[in-house]
Amino acid sequence: MTSNIVLSEVEYNVVGKRHIRPDGVDKVTGRAQYGADVQLTGLLQGRVLRSPHAHARVISIDTSAAEAHPGVFAVVTAADLPFASLTRDDLGGDYQRLKFASNHVMASDKVLFKGHPVAAVAAESQHVAEEAINLIKVDYEVIPPSMTVRQAMEPDASLLHDDLFTSELGQLSDKPSNVASHMAFEAGDIDEGIKQADVVLEREFETASVHQGYIEPHNSTAFWNTDGQLNIWTSTQGPFVVRTNVADILRHPVSRVKVTPMEIGGGFGGKITAYLEPIAALLSKKSARPVKLLMSRTEVFEASGPAPGTWMKVKLGATSEGKITAADIFLAFEAGAYPGSPVMQGAACALACYDVPNARINGYDVVVNKPKTAAYRAPGSPQAAFAVESVIDEICEQLGVDPVEFRLRNASREGVRRVEGPVFRRIGLVECLEAARNHDHYKMPLNGPNQGRGIAAGFWFNRGFQSAVNISVNPDGTVNLIEGSVDIGGSRASIAQQAAETLGIAYEDVKPTVVDTDSIGYTMVTGGSRTTFATGWAAIEAAEDVKMQMVERAAKIWDTPVEDVEYADGALSHKSDPELRMTFRELARQLLGTGGGITGASNVDPTGEGNGFGVHLVDVEVDPDTGKVTILRYTAVQDAGKAIHPSYVEGQMQGGVVQGIGWALNEEYFFNDQGQMMNSSFLDYRMPTALDLPMIDTVIVEVANPGHPYGVRGVGEVPIVPPLPAIGCAISHAIGNRINRLPANPGAVLEAMG
Amino acid sequence: MPGLVHVSTTINGNPTDFLCEPRQSLLEVLRDVLGMTGTKEGCNDGNCGACTVMFDGRIVTSCLVLGVEAQGKEISTIEGVASPEGLHPVQQAFLENAALQCGICTPGFIVAAKALLDREPDADEGRIRHWLAGNLCRCTGYDKIVRAVLDAEDKMKA
Ligand code: FES
Ligand code: FES
Repeated sequence: MTSNIVLSEVEYNVVGKRHIRPDGVDKVTGRAQYGADVQLTGLLQGRVLRSPHAHARVISIDTSAAEAHPGVFAVVTAADLPFASLTRDDLGGDYQRLKFASNHVMASDKVLFKGHPVAAVAAESQHVAEEAINLIKVDYEVIPPSMTVRQAMEPDASLLHDDLFTSELGQLSDKPSNVASHMAFEAGDIDEGIKQADVVLEREFETASVHQGYIEPHNSTAFWNTDGQLNIWTSTQGPFVVRTNVADILRHPVSRVKVTPMEIGGGFGGKITAYLEPIAALLSKKSARPVKLLMSRTEVFEASGPAPGTWMKVKLGATSEGKITAADIFLAFEAGAYPGSPVMQGAACALACYDVPNARINGYDVVVNKPKTAAYRAPGSPQAAFAVESVIDEICEQLGVDPVEFRLRNASREGVRRVEGPVFRRIGLVECLEAARNHDHYKMPLNGPNQGRGIAAGFWFNRGFQSAVNISVNPDGTVNLIEGSVDIGGSRASIAQQAAETLGIAYEDVKPTVVDTDSIGYTMVTGGSRTTFATGWAAIEAAEDVKMQMVERAAKIWDTPVEDVEYADGALSHKSDPELRMTFRELARQLLGTGGGITGASNVDPTGEGNGFGVHLVDVEVDPDTGKVTILRYTAVQDAGKAIHPSYVEGQMQGGVVQGIGWALNEEYFFNDQGQMMNSSFLDYRMPTALDLPMIDTVIVEVANPGHPYGVRGVGEVPIVPPLPAIGCAISHAIGNRINRLPANPGAVLEAMG
Repeated sequence: MPGLVHVSTTINGNPTDFLCEPRQSLLEVLRDVLGMTGTKEGCNDGNCGACTVMFDGRIVTSCLVLGVEAQGKEISTIEGVASPEGLHPVQQAFLENAALQCGICTPGFIVAAKALLDREPDADEGRIRHWLAGNLCRCTGYDKIVRAVLDAEDKMKA
């Protein structure tokens, strides 16, 4: 039985090979420095006091006892944030945005979720800081919380913000509401599409809030020097985003904020927002000492972004030949305490796998008394896919059409226009469906009672955005590559591989280093499935710049016009004089004596990202007595465009699948009726362990992205999209009833069995 | 500081003395008192395994052991797994099998996997999954970790 298949069309020298990652030895020996490992002279430890209530007015805060506690060096509250002394007149149109950003970091007038920061302390140790926060007295006036979109959308719902007005298709409404915005996409004629259908199904779905679950808690260390220079060491996917956030919230010049990204212990979209950094900075400013803040696991659950819980309705029409004629979709996503759920992305992803002539998607972004949601791998797409793919599966059942065949009949391909407007360039969904159909998993029948098979497709746009890379040539022919992309899962390797391939030198001759925000040009987050694509692109451009300068130098040394010199396969040669030839290494040795060193530099913002698709197959077995679901076999197929490092592509696929399995089967924020999370530990918020899983088989399909020199498509997001519907459908087939609510934990499955 | 306790112990084969507060965990002592930050904290309540160390030959989560309990014991941590000759086969296998993505769980997995292979050099996939069920990894889906441990078995026999 094959387990990891790569269907390659094009072979390269370095790209596509499974090299050892440059940071590997440090990470298997415990030497790598993560955010919590930072040590500085005079370092203080901080703790944050957080609201015990999901919704309350802050009447007063008395910090005097904490300040007097021995070993305490600083105490801060929202009164120390610049926003406290700014008015609507000072800020104009920026007022609400800054208010939300500042209050999210530390609540001023109201707390909006359990875990919302209200004060913080810096002390000589964690334990002393902990003692001190317990001495802070906060008077609250508790307000009933709005915990779900359904509750929050009621006309008489308890309001989180009295100055939040619905943006109704772009127009501001005049009554405050928990609905931050209503957006819509429409294509074709929905009524006509429904008329053409032979079968029309309408179903309603719900999914719970889930957490990204990175194993490393948030952390931040800050030192605010007396000259105003603010240095921050933190675990983040986006050091430049943190720099912007911190400068914005603290009203400090960007050039005076330096963010050093430490090694990062997972993020999945959840480590982009600045949570602790501004607080650590303020504590440092007050104490004139460096301050480290660490979140506990409970704080991570209660105060850093979950992915939104959702309420969704899908109406789908198809002909008896299995052609989709119409789709009408309603999506309501929890934003958490402040606006900004990924409902727009969910809406744009919902139908992206199919050519749907008539479609309407309405999306609602709704604030609720939960932590502000954050991105989580393909934000919005897994929930939307759960709803749409489940209805498609039911239509296939009703029509008696093979689910892969049905999807092939409707699959998006080059030239198809998406409901929100863009037209697909070359994409690989059809190839993924065919690879799934050809896989022995698909051909192998199930072999027992209470088993079911599910299949589902998934989509993510993939992203471009800005990246910068510098490459300097060393006298021995090796190069140093400087990048701004935090390495969260092997990207030092995949970026170095692209540079080596472009320069025609060995992988081992490229030494990549991730640096702070002072030391490289603007680089967007490691996220959105953009790093290997966009920072890879920057590496290629920087390498091309090196090549050009090497050609110029060779021309100078040979005293010949630049046009006569050629760079190929890591060597320079004279086009007409075969005697004149130098390898990269030979020329590198001469650089310092012939005009100085060479550094290639690039700042890019590539727009040719290739959209990503995956198709997953899963077999499950349901215990008829307990409702417990066991994953028997799992196969993930995905178009990677070109897998620069196949092992890390497989790793992204397998990791995404397993997060999806957790989302589908177990994971959920469980609240009591006061809106307090009841399962904020790894024991109770049960993520999959090694024992819960089989091997996760993979098939990498390579349909080159025409928008990248090596054909790269991002890969990190797609794999979390299909598991929700695939598993839901597999359970549905095993028990003979539909699963329309996640997680499908044993209780829910028993209930669905009736 | 009031009430510091003097503890004599052995860490990675080296006799080590330290002072700690009675309320400090072994994890805190390793990281904050001794500067041995290879052992990681993921939860501080015994549920993630990132802080796994060996304690008198037994595998423990160091966040649930008090620093003072180290008195007279033999502790070994991730920092003691490699030798001057090079990486341990488990470490080498993790590298070659791409068994880490972010790497925060890796020290705990390596200490735990080595403990398994030291006593059961022929552990099969099921046994490995069972043994490592106390270590959470959110990045890899465990597939490549299990393969790395199987590969390490081969390496250790070679
Ligand atoms: S930190 Fe000790 S088990 Fe998680
Ligand atoms: S590699 Fe990131 S948690 Fe395991």
